[in-house]
Amino acid sequence: MAQINRINNSGRIDPTQPLNFTYNGKSYQGFKGDTLASALLANGVDVVGRSFKYSRPRGILAAGAEEPNAILQVGATEATQVPNVRATQQELFNGLVCQSVNGWPNVETDLMSLVGKAGGKMMPPGFYYKTFMYPQSLWPTYENVIRKAAGLGRSPKVGDPDTYDKVNQHCDLLIVGAGPAGLAAAQAAARSGARVIIADEQNEFGGSLLSSNEMIDGQPADSWVKQVAEELEAQPEVMLLPRSTVNGYHDHNFLTIHQRCTDHLADRAPSGQVRQRMHRVRAKWVILATGAHERPLVFGNNDVPGCMLASAVSTYIHRYSVVPGRRLVLMTTNDHGYKTAIDWHAAGREVVAIVDTRQKPKGYRVDQARELGITVISGSAVIEAKGTKRVTAAIVSGINEAGDKLTGSTQELSADTIASSGGWSPAVHLSCHTGSRPVWNDAVAGFVPGATKQKQLLAGGINGVYSLDKVLGSGLEAGLQAVSNLGFAAPAVELPQVEPATEGRSMALYHIPHSKPTSQAPKQFVDYQTDVTAAGIEVACREGFESIEHVKRYTAMGFGTDQGKTGNINGMAITAKALNKTIPETGTTIFRPNYTPITFGAIAGRDCGELFDPKRYTAMHKWHLENGARFEDVGQWKRPWYYPKAGETMQLALDRECTATRDSVGILDASTLGKIDIQGPDAREFLNRVYSNAWAKLAVGKCRYGLMCGEDGMVFDDGVTSCLADNHFLMTTTSGGAARVLEWLELYHQTEWPELEVFFNTVTDHWSTMTISGPNSRKLLSKLTDIDLSNENFAYMDWQEAKVAGAPARIFRISFTGELSYEINVQANYGLYVWEKLFEAGAEFNLTPYGTETMHVLRAEKGFIIAGQDTDGSVTPEDLGMNWCIARKKPFSFIGKRGMAREDCQRENRKQLVGLRTKQPEVVLEEGAQAVFDPNAGIPMPMVGHVTSSYYSANLGHSIAMAVIKGGLGRTGESVYFPQADGGVIEAEICSPVFLDPKGERQNV
Amino acid sequence: MQRYSGFGLLKHSLSHHENWQRAWRNPKPKKHYDVIIIGGGGHGLATAYYLAKEHNITNVAVIEKGYLGGGNTARNTTIVRSNYLWDEAAHLYEHAMNLWEGLSQDLNYNVMFSQRGVLNLGHTLQDMRDIQRRVNANRLNGIDGEVLDTQQVQEIVPLMDCSANTRYPVLGASWQPRAGVARHDAVAWGYARGADSYGVDLIQQTEVVDLIIEDGAITGVKTDRHGIISAGRVGSVVAGNSGVMAKKAGFELPLESHPLQALVSEPIKPVLDTVVMSNHVHGYVSQSDKGDLVIGAGIDGYNGYGQRGSYGTIEHTVQAIIELFPMFSRVRMNRQWGGIVDTCPDACPIISETPVENLFFNCGWGTGGFKATPGSGHVFAATLAKGKAHPLAKPFSMYRFHDGALIDEHGAAGVAH
Amino acid sequence: MLSIYCPHCGEHREEEEFHPKGQAHIVRPLDPESCSDKEWGQYLYFRKNTRGLHHELWVHAAGCRKFFNITRDTVSYEIREVYLIGEQPSVTSDRAQS
Repeated sequence: MAQINRINNSGRIDPTQPLNFTYNGKSYQGFKGDTLASALLANGVDVVGRSFKYSRPRGILAAGAEEPNAILQVGATEATQVPNVRATQQELFNGLVCQSVNGWPNVETDLMSLVGKAGGKMMPPGFYYKTFMYPQSLWPTYENVIRKAAGLGRSPKVGDPDTYDKVNQHCDLLIVGAGPAGLAAAQAAARSGARVIIADEQNEFGGSLLSSNEMIDGQPADSWVKQVAEELEAQPEVMLLPRSTVNGYHDHNFLTIHQRCTDHLADRAPSGQVRQRMHRVRAKWVILATGAHERPLVFGNNDVPGCMLASAVSTYIHRYSVVPGRRLVLMTTNDHGYKTAIDWHAAGREVVAIVDTRQKPKGYRVDQARELGITVISGSAVIEAKGTKRVTAAIVSGINEAGDKLTGSTQELSADTIASSGGWSPAVHLSCHTGSRPVWNDAVAGFVPGATKQKQLLAGGINGVYSLDKVLGSGLEAGLQAVSNLGFAAPAVELPQVEPATEGRSMALYHIPHSKPTSQAPKQFVDYQTDVTAAGIEVACREGFESIEHVKRYTAMGFGTDQGKTGNINGMAITAKALNKTIPETGTTIFRPNYTPITFGAIAGRDCGELFDPKRYTAMHKWHLENGARFEDVGQWKRPWYYPKAGETMQLALDRECTATRDSVGILDASTLGKIDIQGPDAREFLNRVYSNAWAKLAVGKCRYGLMCGEDGMVFDDGVTSCLADNHFLMTTTSGGAARVLEWLELYHQTEWPELEVFFNTVTDHWSTMTISGPNSRKLLSKLTDIDLSNENFAYMDWQEAKVAGAPARIFRISFTGELSYEINVQANYGLYVWEKLFEAGAEFNLTPYGTETMHVLRAEKGFIIAGQDTDGSVTPEDLGMNWCIARKKPFSFIGKRGMAREDCQRENRKQLVGLRTKQPEVVLEEGAQAVFDPNAGIPMPMVGHVTSSYYSANLGHSIAMAVIKGGLGRTGESVYFPQADGGVIEAEICSPVFLDPKGERQNV
Repeated sequence: MQRYSGFGLLKHSLSHHENWQRAWRNPKPKKHYDVIIIGGGGHGLATAYYLAKEHNITNVAVIEKGYLGGGNTARNTTIVRSNYLWDEAAHLYEHAMNLWEGLSQDLNYNVMFSQRGVLNLGHTLQDMRDIQRRVNANRLNGIDGEVLDTQQVQEIVPLMDCSANTRYPVLGASWQPRAGVARHDAVAWGYARGADSYGVDLIQQTEVVDLIIEDGAITGVKTDRHGIISAGRVGSVVAGNSGVMAKKAGFELPLESHPLQALVSEPIKPVLDTVVMSNHVHGYVSQSDKGDLVIGAGIDGYNGYGQRGSYGTIEHTVQAIIELFPMFSRVRMNRQWGGIVDTCPDACPIISETPVENLFFNCGWGTGGFKATPGSGHVFAATLAKGKAHPLAKPFSMYRFHDGALIDEHGAAGVAH
Repeated sequence: MLSIYCPHCGEHREEEEFHPKGQAHIVRPLDPESCSDKEWGQYLYFRKNTRGLHHELWVHAAGCRKFFNITRDTVSYEIREVYLIGEQPSVTSDRAQS
């Protein structure tokens, strides 16, 4: 198809570089420099979508970020699908494939529109709150039908092949927007030597100047843009970011910039390139030079394709060499709109009329239009568009000075395009993100940014300054202000010279009355994307939704992907009128990030998949992999869970690991245990305060188990701490709790007891820890060390320095299995070597590696707790039956002592840790099974506790479990019951949690 | 009250929707009410509704400093579930669930309660132990739920990456089929309309600037726009601002107000039919009837009343969502926002008498208030009507923080809201 | 995203390096045993939860691991003062100029 709307002028497209693309299965051609929208318009494509609620045909309205209608699905392959691409912001590339997102069987002939037409009347705002209620049972069916209509585009079904990046930036000044104001500010700031970032959402700098025929310093505006951009590029401290949207403004001048690096080249980023990048910017100062968005006027059927924003029409003509129609009717409330008719005329197409809502328009542009012979109908408005898939005519009527009543008779003007300009709304979005409310400015007839705590300056259109000379002036001023705020010397800059233009006064008009009341007039759209009409807003107000937030929520105004950039102010004006208030009284809703939507991929960057969270490995990880370990995630650690041999089930592997350890010797990689080095003359006193048990008498060379509680008396961590020297201790913690414990120790030291001379440091990663456990562990260790391992010389709960396989080591004779056991610590870089030497020496003892699961079974056979599994933040040491671990007589009231004395912690019938044996020994209770005393009680059944740990013990030949049971310590020998999901009940007898070697003889040999 | 129905819609469409009644009046406040409820969010409005409906107390005012339902009611991710671990919490939330199930019909207002099921994913062995424990407790408390393995989770959410290749593979989940989502604004509006129909005065844009307390008992409130309004009893239901209100009454609460953020994608065609929550990777996602992916973020650690949090929290949440759903990488985030959540140390609410006679507080719902709205209003109405705690509310007294009888959903359940 | 000045490192660093630790100046009772349950509960759980100027404790967790105090506006998130443990704030709600 030919590009019927393409003209030959000096726009910013390159006609020598044709680009082919596919829209709804048909092939089209555009040029380099086109957006998808300009290329579609060039090809005479009118309908680009169907509206959300009423399925009305919709065309392109705007030329930038404010576009509500041209929302397309882009992507040639499944993996590269992108939903909801705004055609006005997508640069055309060769091979681009896109579709409209709604319409069945297609967007041109949408059968849903019949429903929209017939049912539209039944769909006032909030209609779904008023129906689909009866009968209750049918709601899921109704909802399924509603859901069928949900959504615009679609998500890909497979993972994203592209990569995304994040980069942290620190700058003196971030300038948002590279239009005339932003560029003038940047020039001043850059010359001062400040570190500047200037970002603009468009593919090239210039903003409004790219579609302007104004002159700056006696040359065409785009030449000035080129010259400034070149100057900026030459500055080493200036970073220019085109195709980069500042999408969020957060506290303390933190802003995010979404840079689209390759979306203009292809669906998928070229090999080796990043598709999009998030710049996380901390800026000392920010200049918002975000400009303004033109408001369309609200009139009957103002959504028929061919109804466009006046400035957008000018942009298409100037920048893209596209005239999006043949016969134009322009409606305007201001002089600026005249530019569009003049441009249209200059492009050689017919301007049917300029319809000016003002009674007596005056100004140089008005004169210019009249001189060109364009018909100007003043004191009038377009009250209705005719046509369905394209405008065929405009109905024009006289309108009174206040703009609220029609006067005289109507006339019908044949036209295919109705451009409207209702004035401009400053793009205040970013200024609101940190909670600042915009304030109404009558002179601007718009909201401008309110007071803020951010270090933020404003320039140009965002402040309601629109004429080019003033915009450049305010940009320069903001730039110089920033330079001064930053403490740089004022640079030499001159204000670019522009012929000042005098424009006539604009009329504050938003909603064009119709000859029928609004409720009966043809639909007058306020928010195109969410199908909100003026009548809908009136209904909402009539029903008592009077706050602007209520109106927004009840009608869905502003909830679209454009966040109401074209519609919000009109909606507020209509609300104000309906409530008989002023716009400032009605107030505004507040804008949230993002300014325009950004991909989740860009926000996540590379911190997903493998890099979602760091993985921590021990020094022996390679060995575990080679020996078939299966791993368990413990905090960030990858810990061996068990080591199945070929053909072995998990239970068989555990049985083998457990029996090998009790019968001969097993080995555990315990490197992940938290290790904190504690030094200082007051170290011992400190331990006394943070552990529940006593530390005053722990001699050098001795180890002791300790419990840690919070101030509430609840157990939160445990471990063995050893006395390395009189003022030097090594504390161990649970694998997952290490960082928390260290911060907690520091908290108490720094804030409560700074007088104690003590120092803490994490040494978890410095040491590799391997625990050999079992009756043959002494024999094994003696093969690799020359110290005397006899019980007399190296007793249980002793530690000694030694060499193991030649490596310097600390050996701790402590036991979590109840067996004779040595915990060998060597520097991490010796870890794998010593581990392998142990296996060489251990072959004759069938040295068996075991993982966390076997560790759990072996310790449960001994009734040792695991903090975080057998405790849950509501368990005191007394509840665990660990009174022996509470030193009540310590002079200092240790952390947890007062907490565990509270009334509720001392009441009868608390849940207490006990052992359980199932009546049928082979039945293993489920961890998390809930206990009851009376299995025949009705629902809700009184629960008395739950199973915290449960295993089959191959060593004992029966199942074992630990549980917390109400009053459990006094119920030994009684039965508790576990009702199962299948209706069965498991009975178990309460016993001591120490199932094996209750006297502790095996560890003392 | 004008009843809503499909037929009514048709009838009104014939008169161009010009004759709809107001959903609620905009009354001038009286000098005295039997009960004043401070805070016109979902919980406050539900309280007023049940006071009138269940207790025949209709001389009631709800005083709201902004607009009805404009606080956390309007800002949450609308998840409704009742699968709490501890009996006290489970009974309270299940009470709410039972009310949810007939709420649209009761209110004659479609709150779009959609029982599409909630999955709480487990990613570690301890997660799975906690899930077993909770589901077993739920079952014995009469609350629906089951433990699913990875394969069963995959069948319910075909799009989710349930492979072993992720950083924290999905090991299983708890599944509550009766859980789901509801249309948050409609809940506030439905209750408001219902309360209004019984004669409750809804006073908007009016701030309670002080509490009038004489001899240790409250006698009224002082407002910015309508002066002093006296009351027999006063209920404070002001969520994030509860600490501020308690200060006016002269006491402190065991609360901290934190930012909690949420975000939505652009609307996309339905791909996710259920609610997926992962406490371990910190991502909560469902898809609304409009097509938006509705995503809840983690709580920010610092106190904040700014209705906004830190960008790092958003980043982390989005990473979690992509970890679970890698295909959403090319979908775009439309908007983000924040609420103020008043959190208790044990992640359970306070529904309580206070040191001031006739002054009652309902607060501390933290990140989990929306789902409780009907139940919270129902038991608080009974509490205000009788002047003493409803049996279901009793364990939630603020004095539990004195004797230590906490209901530690935080420490034990391992489930965020 | 807060930008926080660490008084120990002498630099502004990103919020991600720090952990907030709640209300500052909560002193552990010197003689816990003499506290009633109520007093102990107050110490453990009850907080000012100020809307406005809030004195709070932070730790430079991924930096020097030192604790310090911040006076921050909990509405605007503006940090008004940073001071060391053991010091008292000079910016308080009585003396604050907003």
